[in-house]
Amino acid sequence: MAEPDSDDSLNPMSILIDELQNEDIQLRINSINKLSTIALALGVEKTRKLLAVVEEAIVREKAVESLRAISHEHSPSHLEDHFVPLVKRLVGGDLVNSRISACSLFSVCYPGVSIAIKAELLQCFRDLCSDDNLLVRCAAASNLGDFAKVLEIDDIKSEIIPIFSNLASDEQDSVRLLMVEMCVNIAQLLPQEALEALVMITLCHAGEDTSWRVRYMVADKFTELQTAVGPEITKTGLVPAFQNLMKDYEPEVRAAASHKLKEFCENLSADYRENVILTEILPFSQELVSDTNQHVRSALASVIMGLCPILGKDNTIEHLMPLFLALLRDECSDVRLNIISNLNCVKEVIGIQELSKFLLPTIMELAEDAKWRVRLVIVEYMPLLAGQFGLEFFDAQLHSLCMSWLVDHVYAIREAATNNLKKLVEQFGKEWALATVIPRVLTLSEEPNYLHRMTTLFCINVLSEVCGQDITTKHMLPTVLYMAGDPVANVRFNVAKSLQKIGSILENSTLQTEVKPILEKLTQDRDVDVKYFAQEALTVLFLA
Amino acid sequence: MIPGLGALTQDTLWCFSQLKGTVEIGATEADIISTVEFNHTGELLATGDKGGRVVIFQREQESKNQVHRRGEYNVYSTFQSHEPEFDYLKSLEIEEKINKIRWLPQQNAAYFLLSTNDKTVKLWKVSERDKRPEGYNLKDEEGRLRDPATITTLRVPVLRPMDLMVEATPRRVFANAHTYHINSISVNSDYETYMSADDLRINLWNFEITNQSFNIVDIKPANMEELTEVITAAEFHPHHCNTFVYSSSKGTIRLCDMRASALCDRHTKFFEEPEDPSNRSFFSEIISSISDVKFSHSGRYIMTRDYLTVKVWDLNMENRPIETYQVHDYLRSKLCSLYENDCIFDKFECVWNGSDSVIMTGSYNNFFRMFDRNTKRDVTLEASRENSKPRAILKPRKVCVGGKRRKDEISVDSLDFSKKILHTAWHPSENIIAVAATNNLYIFQDKVN
Repeated sequence: MAEPDSDDSLNPMSILIDELQNEDIQLRINSINKLSTIALALGVEKTRKLLAVVEEAIVREKAVESLRAISHEHSPSHLEDHFVPLVKRLVGGDLVNSRISACSLFSVCYPGVSIAIKAELLQCFRDLCSDDNLLVRCAAASNLGDFAKVLEIDDIKSEIIPIFSNLASDEQDSVRLLMVEMCVNIAQLLPQEALEALVMITLCHAGEDTSWRVRYMVADKFTELQTAVGPEITKTGLVPAFQNLMKDYEPEVRAAASHKLKEFCENLSADYRENVILTEILPFSQELVSDTNQHVRSALASVIMGLCPILGKDNTIEHLMPLFLALLRDECSDVRLNIISNLNCVKEVIGIQELSKFLLPTIMELAEDAKWRVRLVIVEYMPLLAGQFGLEFFDAQLHSLCMSWLVDHVYAIREAATNNLKKLVEQFGKEWALATVIPRVLTLSEEPNYLHRMTTLFCINVLSEVCGQDITTKHMLPTVLYMAGDPVANVRFNVAKSLQKIGSILENSTLQTEVKPILEKLTQDRDVDVKYFAQEALTVLFLA
Repeated sequence: MIPGLGALTQDTLWCFSQLKGTVEIGATEADIISTVEFNHTGELLATGDKGGRVVIFQREQESKNQVHRRGEYNVYSTFQSHEPEFDYLKSLEIEEKINKIRWLPQQNAAYFLLSTNDKTVKLWKVSERDKRPEGYNLKDEEGRLRDPATITTLRVPVLRPMDLMVEATPRRVFANAHTYHINSISVNSDYETYMSADDLRINLWNFEITNQSFNIVDIKPANMEELTEVITAAEFHPHHCNTFVYSSSKGTIRLCDMRASALCDRHTKFFEEPEDPSNRSFFSEIISSISDVKFSHSGRYIMTRDYLTVKVWDLNMENRPIETYQVHDYLRSKLCSLYENDCIFDKFECVWNGSDSVIMTGSYNNFFRMFDRNTKRDVTLEASRENSKPRAILKPRKVCVGGKRRKDEISVDSLDFSKKILHTAWHPSENIIAVAATNNLYIFQDKVN
């Protein structure tokens, strides 16, 4: 490695190297991130000093990452002379952390070295996999897949598979659960016959492990296992396994399986998919709808609507709609939320008329739910619903709802409802706004509660844009100007802010004759904020 | 008799070794020691006090000239672990008192411990600095900046010796996970996780993650009016990282296996001794409340402390303890007055010695008791300033219940109930004990012949 030849490039290097010893952890991490750069500057000799034996895991991990990056710069002989001894030192280290770091370094130095060294490295790795310390075994186990990638197929079969079997029956469940993921990684490297055996055995043992965490991993990695084995084995082996997971007595496992429901069904082979879902999967899903644990029901609710496109309109109406409705009426708000947020895929399949017939009563209920976040989802969903259902339907069923949100107790709802109005007016037009929305908004200015009076102003802010100059000047401006005399200061300074906002679409004559006098009066207000915002408005509108 | 194994025979004599702590005048409530704990090698001894401070003592290396004198403990590090806080939502003060300290097994040159008050657990790193990096590129030895133009070659700073400095830094803060007061913390044998227990819930933490914890036990009833039992102590099994126990105010112990389910509301084992009807009184339930539970080092037994007794249970037998030791049964007739002065609610801890052959617990009047499980002998000793001459042998004390009081006995009515020994610790492998008496820390060792 050449030393940099120009003096300029030494300075940033110096800073980086000095910062390796800095008190501040963040600076040390920065330097370690640049380890590869430092190494290039220093050359091989000096780089070897920088080892990863710190207790802060994140510093260690970054250091290991950097070592892995550096290894690519090494030629095979360099690897043998310098990198492999480094790995061996870490493996033989007394401190647990050094052995943990070593586990991640095998896959980068194995390829390219001589046969003899390869054998040594394999032995080291085997030792780490049977280390007394649990953390070391876990680190080795999580790197098994990575290491296997750089081995020949025969070596995988003869070396990795036995290690895998040992770890999969380790007495500690922390190790066993890592093997589920490794199974997926290794399966991708093997030819079909070999991997089927591997996966099915793993599935069998892990799926019935007494420790729930291992079974949870099976559920979590289920769709990956499914991709590995292919359609035949899926039908005969995986479907029963999935059923077992869905009725596992541990709620965490059932929830994990529920999360994978849609993906699993999607990946089933088209020729038997519909049948399997209807006869094998749905009965279990029905049980899950009334599961005692709310997280299970919530997980189910977040994915179950994804089955609609797979099953088609008739099946959806007959088999899935009852499930959706049950979940929509769940006592837990998260469950209801998950259904509402995913109505789109149902709508695509069965059409808006069917959907509204089924869902409208429940939507109305949810719009008045005690939890404001549930109400918020309905508010935000409203423009879409309105667009789908059409003007007549909207006016008849949903209009009063939208207006009532404007005076909700929770500010977030009032704010969302205001934005909602804007989108509705964009859809239905200004004439509609003038006839139905604006009168109601203006009456809010007479409310005894100052928060409602302010809502009027916020609504006018957004409506002015979409309604245009004419309507704004004739119908909304008078109210704004009138409210300049409100007894509450917050209202008055919001008047100033409103005038500033809507001023940009008003005619100049209007600004001069009507807006300016009011703003000037507000600059003499007794409240300092009112004066400030009034002055701002005058400046921005060039009326000062 | 192999020295250091700690069996209590007639040959074992305990001597005063050291006294730490402020003098009587000027001692404030903040100085009251609230927890004592040796680390896994016994090299370090940590104490926490009501003022939120942690003091760590280190055993000095045994000198070659005085082979029969065991190393003494000297102050190694002192730091403020917790500060008083105010919960604005509930308008309640959060005390800074350190409830528990637990050491982590050593993984590198630094020492790590967990300390907790009622609401927040903190991970502290105590490390020595005896080297300083020298040979910076951009600074000279006095710290003045060098002109970058003068640098012609790069070097890596090397470490050179300096005077020893011990620094304690907070590494993690685990907050906002407990509604009720934390009474226990326990480090898991997997070195990755630990648990914290309050009155109604137990949470499992990963050392690396401070903003999330798993709730593994929740005994809060849906209707708080149905509450009859609270969690009083909890501990992980010393070897099996998925097993833990927790004790309750009703005198029961539950053993749970985390592999069985994510929420361990259903116990795997339930330890309860049927009540002795002849001893039943108005105070039966209060004095059956377990104040401390400890696994033996072997992991085969658990020891529990309730108000009047210490019990040893075999993990394989749930229906009764295998041993029961009376700590101060003479108080049984005084329960009424002890209830009135609140002493009946004192929470005494208990400890095993390194070989699990002797157990120790505290009592009133600065007395503490040791029970040898093999010989069935027991002894009462006192932590007092009168016996504070170096290597002075502690004389066994006796409380007399009847009328005739011998010269060196003390009558029950003369006991000072304000002098209580709640916290004690036993060195993991030697006969060295640390006894906290209000604001004083006594260290006793067995006599080396």
